Amino acid sequence: MRDAIVAAFAIAGKDLRAELRSRTALVSALVFAALILVVFSFSRDPARLAPADLAPSALWITFAFAAMTALNRAFSVEREHAALDALLLAPIPRESIYLGKLLGNLAFVFAIEAVTLPLFAVFFNARIGASLGGLALTSVLATTGFVAVGTVFSAMTVRTRFAELMLPVLLLPFMIPPLIGAVQVTVRLFADRPLSEVVGWLRLLAVYDVVFVTLSLVVFPSVVDE
Amino acid sequence: MTSPGHPLEPGSRLTRVGMRIALVALVALAAIYYFAIWRTPTEASQGFAQKIFYLHVPAAWNALLVFSVVGIVSALYLWLKDARLDHFAAAAAEVGVVFSAVMLTTGPLWGKPVWGAWWQWDARLTLTLFLFFLYVGYLSLRSALHDPAERARFSAVVAILGLVLVPFVHLSVYLFRTIHPLPVVLKPSAPSLPGSMLEVLLFSLAVHTLLALGFIIARYGLLRTEAARIGERNG
Repeated sequence: MRDAIVAAFAIAGKDLRAELRSRTALVSALVFAALILVVFSFSRDPARLAPADLAPSALWITFAFAAMTALNRAFSVEREHAALDALLLAPIPRESIYLGKLLGNLAFVFAIEAVTLPLFAVFFNARIGASLGGLALTSVLATTGFVAVGTVFSAMTVRTRFAELMLPVLLLPFMIPPLIGAVQVTVRLFADRPLSEVVGWLRLLAVYDVVFVTLSLVVFPSVVDE
Repeated sequence: MTSPGHPLEPGSRLTRVGMRIALVALVALAAIYYFAIWRTPTEASQGFAQKIFYLHVPAAWNALLVFSVVGIVSALYLWLKDARLDHFAAAAAEVGVVFSAVMLTTGPLWGKPVWGAWWQWDARLTLTLFLFFLYVGYLSLRSALHDPAERARFSAVVAILGLVLVPFVHLSVYLFRTIHPLPVVLKPSAPSLPGSMLEVLLFSLAVHTLLALGFIIARYGLLRTEAARIGERNG
């Protein structure tokens, strides 16, 4: 058990080191996220809709699409030079590979979210200071859920034609519960509503994470084993 | 027509059986239209639009039933690795997509006169829309993969995750809001609709389920024939 977790962290560490050395993917994903925020700011009638009304949805759609770009390349990097075969030959359980890729993807997406959030506060004139703790908790809970499913799907879609199109088609339905929950919580956090109003949604997000991380661990070996 | 013992025989026999079942169901469906239009009372507040209930509810029921079957059969596939389970799941998913398309088109036809809008972001509507998208995605994933074993494993994974997704989507869109008519048949107290309406509805449910079964068997037979032919060609 301990070895399996050490192996998972080793895989996540490898992914992050590779990311930090080239930085191309991270920087492009950040620019992509910033551009979505800008597009959102312009896709409204400024006389009718205040930035604050659009803020929660803009934030979460930006996070969702930024996560999609990260997930799209999660396994495509392993396809080059048959790196995935090498990982599968390593004397570690399949679950470690899944967990490692999940942790790596989560770190990547959290990094994008952490940089996008201040930009969002500036563009949308949102006061995020008071609700920073709540926003961070919501982001962790919502992101973990869809990245968990996305990591499994990304291992599959990389084997198909049109992988970049196939992943969103499969993953978007799975993003619906986390996104609805996250937007509802964010709306209430920005309106300074009491915590008791969002506990139900946070609990739903947490249950979603537990269920889908567990289920993904169970099904992942079927995806990579011939 | 293939001779007994031929590798293509089981598939083509199933296809013939399935087509016959579907044919019987289609004839019965004509009877349902007759009963629904001329032999049931017109609902007081919704008027003639309510007649679509005899089509919409059975289509919805079958879509959900068939999608649940796909999830369960897919879980069995990952356990037993029998290609026939995969063919069955694929056949059922196609039929489920057809029935959910019927449900999603009859719903707005009723919604326009009764709700005043073609579409509402209502809980059950949204749930079924996402189920439809999920299985359209399932079918496009299948068509994007060539290796039969890989296609079977991947699509089984999607179907299992999809089955677990349903309660989450339902709960979150329900908390979001719902304006759907509340259940009139499956509820703790007695069904709150006139006897003749209930009879036609139950008859329609049975016929639609038979139709779904016929379609699934026919498609399953075709997929088996296809697999047998590919196996034959590869020797």
